[in-house]
Amino acid sequence: MEKFVTLTSRAIPLSIENIDTDQIIPARFLKATSKAGFGENLFRDWRFNKDGSENKDFALNQDIYEGKILVAGDNFGCGSSREHAAWALTDYGFKVIVSSYFADIFKGNALNNGLLPIQVSPETLKKLLKTIKKDPETELVINLEKQYLTIEGTDVKESFEIDAYKKMCMMNGYDDIDFLVSNKDKIEAFEASRTF
Amino acid sequence: MSKTLFDKVWDSHVVDEVKDGPQILYIDKHLIHEVTSPQAFAELEERNIPLFRKDQIVATADHNVPTKDQHLPIQDLLSKKQVEMLTENCKKHDVTLYGLGHPYQGIVHVMAPELGITQPGMTMVCGDSHTSTHGAFGTIAFGIGTSQVAQVFASQCLLLSKPKSMRISVNGKLKKGVLPKDVILYIIAKLGTNSGTGYFAEYAGDVFENMSMEGRMTVCNMSIEMGARGGMIAPDETTFEYVKGREFAPKGAEFEKKIAYWKTLPTDADAVFDKEYSFDAEDIEPMVTYGTNPGMGIKISENIPSKDDVSFEKSLEYMGFQKGEKLLGKTINYVFIGSCTNSRIEDFRIAADYIKGKQKAANVNALIVPGSQQVAKQIKEEGIQDIFEAAGFEIRQSGCSACLGMNEDKIPAGEYCVSTSNRNFEGRQGQGARTILASPLVAAATAISGKIVDVSEEIEELELV
Ligand code: SF4
Repeated sequence: MEKFVTLTSRAIPLSIENIDTDQIIPARFLKATSKAGFGENLFRDWRFNKDGSENKDFALNQDIYEGKILVAGDNFGCGSSREHAAWALTDYGFKVIVSSYFADIFKGNALNNGLLPIQVSPETLKKLLKTIKKDPETELVINLEKQYLTIEGTDVKESFEIDAYKKMCMMNGYDDIDFLVSNKDKIEAFEASRTF
Repeated sequence: MSKTLFDKVWDSHVVDEVKDGPQILYIDKHLIHEVTSPQAFAELEERNIPLFRKDQIVATADHNVPTKDQHLPIQDLLSKKQVEMLTENCKKHDVTLYGLGHPYQGIVHVMAPELGITQPGMTMVCGDSHTSTHGAFGTIAFGIGTSQVAQVFASQCLLLSKPKSMRISVNGKLKKGVLPKDVILYIIAKLGTNSGTGYFAEYAGDVFENMSMEGRMTVCNMSIEMGARGGMIAPDETTFEYVKGREFAPKGAEFEKKIAYWKTLPTDADAVFDKEYSFDAEDIEPMVTYGTNPGMGIKISENIPSKDDVSFEKSLEYMGFQKGEKLLGKTINYVFIGSCTNSRIEDFRIAADYIKGKQKAANVNALIVPGSQQVAKQIKEEGIQDIFEAAGFEIRQSGCSACLGMNEDKIPAGEYCVSTSNRNFEGRQGQGARTILASPLVAAATAISGKIVDVSEEIEELELV
């Protein structure tokens, strides 16, 4: 996993609420045997029309928007526990999702895959969406170490919460696997000490 | 300090505690299958991390295998690829695989207990939510996601926060014809599908103490359907007797030593749970579900409740049922006896005991899918297969089959299926299929009469129930 300390990037606005995992990655794409390539089918049914052509009205297809940050409506990631949703978002190139609420399991899956979910107040979310739509060149600054988000060039600044362990992982570019593997000595000592 | 069964097993597997964070929990056994393992193997290879404890992993192919002509190549190409990938990965990483054609192949939660892989006091995981089944042995067993499968591959551990504990006691004597499946459907109907969220459950009381291991597995299997991460039952003589002599069970002096340890596991008399429920065995009757989640269950003789609630109405509409109506007498064209909930030898013995000498109704397609090759063999040896065949049932080879319809075994749209599986979600058994969850006895009786009937009226002469 890549280290994440700060990120300055433009953002893509998606003012839809209750985006569930079926919309992020439709179930029919789940029989795959690798993690790569899910980005291609991210928001599949919104990005493409029934005839397979691109839906030009959808934010991800509009040239004016780009960036590694997705700003999405309330309650992002509800639905099933499938990890494929997080894989699709990171594979597409997102590093941060901003919303006013995240489904619990999605949040865990995102963090496990190097994707930072940032929960802001509904007012801030509204402000963010409005600012980006007005000026798509707007840049957001995410400072994970100090746990805040700002809109570059304005006084909008909001702090966010993150579990101390998960923060340490993100900042060091660790995921749970790296952390566990780095504890191999302890695990081996535990195995050796067991009587049952 | 007094401890619960869950505390004892959990605490003895904590390797370390992360400051302000989760605990590192050691996993004794890791079961894998074709659907949730390929990305985890790939993850490890990409990062050049070897399997940490390959001897603690056992693999089988179950979710999308065909149940007919298993010796022939798999027809569905995506399923074929997943099964081949499993074979390749296991070979490459030197993991034990009971693949198609192997005498130990079977649904992962049927195969592991019958081989003695599942033992009391262990921690067990699998990338499948019904891993809770193994809790019947006094084991902490739960389903995990694909990232976690990779974590266990890499370190034999998981990072977790300890769940809360709840105890569900059922005391008294079960009525004739009331099976373990009815007990768990009753509990879920009473408590709801979210009652267990954030908890690990322990089932206690005479009903579970007097239950066979097969029955305990049926109960623990469905713990996840009330939202609990897993369920457990204290190990006792029934457990030891079951484990004894099985292929991978400890032998001789080692076994005696284990028993002495296993006997220390049951919950201490004054241990405190975060939540407690208790029920009366006499109140339980054969159950059926009428909706699209396992909590929507009623006693077979009851009427569907009336509720003004949008999702409740949507669910009834999907099922084609009306508020206040009875399920008794409904015509049913499909019956499925199988899945990791009810495809063990005892389930088929009970069904066969009822069916013996009878004929299935002409309108019914009745599918019998043993949970494992071993169960299939036993069915043949005990003459149960002959009884089913004489009655017009179709017997298949082992796998998950119509439980989730990932293979060819699907229920057609709009049709009702009385099924011994564990989930009645929309489209679970095939697009548009309508699932009614029930015990193997209710399923057998439905197949014979072609409609839902109250078994309790005619089971007096049966030996097994
Ligand atoms: S039988 Fe059904 S519930 Fe059990 S493991 Fe297979 S698919 Fe899952």
